[in-house]
Amino acid sequence: MSTTTLPAKRRGLDYKKFLANNGALVGLVVLCLALFIATPDFLTAQNLLNIGIQVSTVAVLAFGMTFVIVAGGIDLSVGAVAALSAMSSGWMFASAGLPGWLALLGGLFIGALAGTINGLANAYGKLPSFIATLAMLSVARGLTLVISDGRPIKMPAEVSFLGGSLGPVPMPIIILVLAALAASFLLNRTVIGRSMYAVGGNAEAARLSGLPVKRILVTVFALAGLFAALAGLLLAGRLDSAQPQAAAGYELDAIAAVVIGGASLAGGLGKISGTFVGALVLVVIRNGLNLLNVTSFWQQVVIGLVIALAVGIDVLRRKTRSS
Amino acid sequence: MSQQALVTLQNVGKTFGPVTVIKDVTVSVYAGQVQVLLGENGAGKSTLIKMMAGVYQPDAGHIVVDGQTVTLPTTRAAEDLGIATIHQELNLVPTMSIAENVMLGRMPTKHGLVDRSALRNRARAALALIGLDVDVDTLVGDLGIARQQLVEIAKALSINARILILDEPTAALTRHETESLFAVMADLRRRGVGMLFISHHLDEIAEVGDTVTVLRDGEFIAEVPASTPEDDLVKLMVGRSIEDQFPRVTGDVSQASAILTVDNLTSTGSFSDISFSVKAGEILGIAGLVGAGRTELIRAIAGADRYTSGTVAVRGRHLPNGSIQAAIAAGIGHVPEDRKGQGLVLDASVNDNLGYATLASTAKLGLVDFAGQRSRAGEVATKLRIRMHTIDQPIGALSGGNQQKAVFGRWIIAASTVLLLDEPTRGVDVGAKVEIYELMNAITAAGGAILMVSSELPEILGMSDRILVMRDGRLAGELTAAEATQDAVMTLAARDVDENHEQR
Repeated sequence: MSTTTLPAKRRGLDYKKFLANNGALVGLVVLCLALFIATPDFLTAQNLLNIGIQVSTVAVLAFGMTFVIVAGGIDLSVGAVAALSAMSSGWMFASAGLPGWLALLGGLFIGALAGTINGLANAYGKLPSFIATLAMLSVARGLTLVISDGRPIKMPAEVSFLGGSLGPVPMPIIILVLAALAASFLLNRTVIGRSMYAVGGNAEAARLSGLPVKRILVTVFALAGLFAALAGLLLAGRLDSAQPQAAAGYELDAIAAVVIGGASLAGGLGKISGTFVGALVLVVIRNGLNLLNVTSFWQQVVIGLVIALAVGIDVLRRKTRSS
Repeated sequence: MSQQALVTLQNVGKTFGPVTVIKDVTVSVYAGQVQVLLGENGAGKSTLIKMMAGVYQPDAGHIVVDGQTVTLPTTRAAEDLGIATIHQELNLVPTMSIAENVMLGRMPTKHGLVDRSALRNRARAALALIGLDVDVDTLVGDLGIARQQLVEIAKALSINARILILDEPTAALTRHETESLFAVMADLRRRGVGMLFISHHLDEIAEVGDTVTVLRDGEFIAEVPASTPEDDLVKLMVGRSIEDQFPRVTGDVSQASAILTVDNLTSTGSFSDISFSVKAGEILGIAGLVGAGRTELIRAIAGADRYTSGTVAVRGRHLPNGSIQAAIAAGIGHVPEDRKGQGLVLDASVNDNLGYATLASTAKLGLVDFAGQRSRAGEVATKLRIRMHTIDQPIGALSGGNQQKAVFGRWIIAASTVLLLDEPTRGVDVGAKVEIYELMNAITAAGGAILMVSSELPEILGMSDRILVMRDGRLAGELTAAEATQDAVMTLAARDVDENHEQR
């Protein structure tokens, strides 16, 4: 036989394939329809903007987490790094007297720096990413408290602008869209992005093919730190102040969003669009439960079940596909 | 034979989708006998033993144990009938003691707690069955492979196994260790245990076996006594002469210059004082036993591991120690021994896997050259006849031979001129093997140089222009293609090994 490309095997009907590959999106649509029917408050401009604002912090954190999970790691420090970055920014402005725009950039730098340290500890220090970032979680949260002495710090106008609006459109939504585009571009188009998939899929094969695995890992964690800082500044901008306990526990939401979005914690798989849908699923469920007057105690239970369900379906799907 | 078989696979067949893997094969294991299963990779040996072990169910024929037709839906069902398998990859927990491993899953208890003294006593009794004298509290991870294997056998016997399936038990053993395994097997044979033995070492067959069942392409070819001469066994197994199998076309390299030069290369604990060079157009084979340091040498040259002293040069230029990127830039391509663990990202597409080595070098401003990468990958996939549905298919779904061709393809795209091959045809079927050999011919004909490590002696003998033999981390000798024979290589590879082993 001279040709090498065999005709593609028929894989059943196309809608089945679509469902299998976009489970989270289908879930999101079903969820929105159900809420639309259940309460008239869901599909209002005000509520949708609310959802957009709420999803922005989680999604931006989760984009950074997507890089890390695709590369086969985990980052538990993003919530604490978000808080530390915002607090540093506030301190640079209020105590060190830096101009607002410089304080904003300083906050982003602190995030990237914390991420770089995570990456160095993981790639060169051989600490598992779980441990390296767990340590960073504690250090970053502690430093946040040290800097602020446990009290909120007022943010410069430049940061507050991130929490405001541009005409009718809230700034967090604009930032979210820009961050999504940037993250997606990075992951899909650049050498470093494509290398993340190889490193997460099989680090040794990537290394033997000449990819600089350690440098890639450092970059991945630095990016996660940078995106965490951006999320922290968004949050602080909205509240007009940096809170010492801001974004506590958000790392778990970010991980949940990435995993609901179809990434594998084993590495090598994951998409920004999936993560975005995953973050929306989390936020829409919370929003809907609020509208339906379900207490926040029960909301936690529901969220937990949704995560287990989403990942359970995904595991089943992969199993049937591979056999 | 008038004696009743312990177990018989009677005219069994097995198909996976459209592929028939086993067709109408009959094989029996008798009490106190060692039945040898012989065949090339892909001949169906592992499918056959999996049927006997309850992993696969035959699609045709049936399984007879002690004269009764049975079904073996699970490995547990096979074990209940006394059939135990010693796999190549041992099923032991390295962080637990010998006693715990032997009694795993059936720990003796007292008041709901593990009864430690009963545990030790029963484990000691199991070890006594095969004459293994070690403290049962030793962690299994602290034992060598040979002893771990014996622990596994003891475990099997302690659950009253009467039929042992030994899947290439000698592959990772030194000659000395192999001898002690054979002594254990001889003892088991006297006590009426039936064994099904698989080995790629033909010389072991006469030593340990009674009868040989030869398989080829999933079909029963012959049953012959184990005393059958090796040459006849090869002929039965391969079904054609060796010349067809290894289509080496040698060019004249007498005028060629050395591309790869290795001088006094030493890596403490792995190999020492290795010097050689490979010329343009030449295939240099490296033979030796498992553990002789061949893979470590190849990895050091590729930059995958650091070495202690010595130099590696390509076309006269020294390469920095431990830099894969520098090696690739100098034209080196490394095909590692473990294709799935080290060669490929199995979830990624064929296209991605072909392009990793050129991902960064062809990029502009950090952006991937998608169109170029794709067209190069498509070109090389066609050239190497990689059989796939689409180039975007995960590479894990391809057969071993096609996966291996993709690893080669990566270096062809990178225009590598020095290929370091570590077990290049392991787990590759016969057809794809010949394609890989032809690819090696094409690379050397174009002026490339190849350094090949292989544990398959016929491959080393059939494809190399020169052969280096390594023993205990040192070069034991060099043979030309003309003077190399299986015996000559093995004499160099194995001499003194036993004495060294005793000294340790």
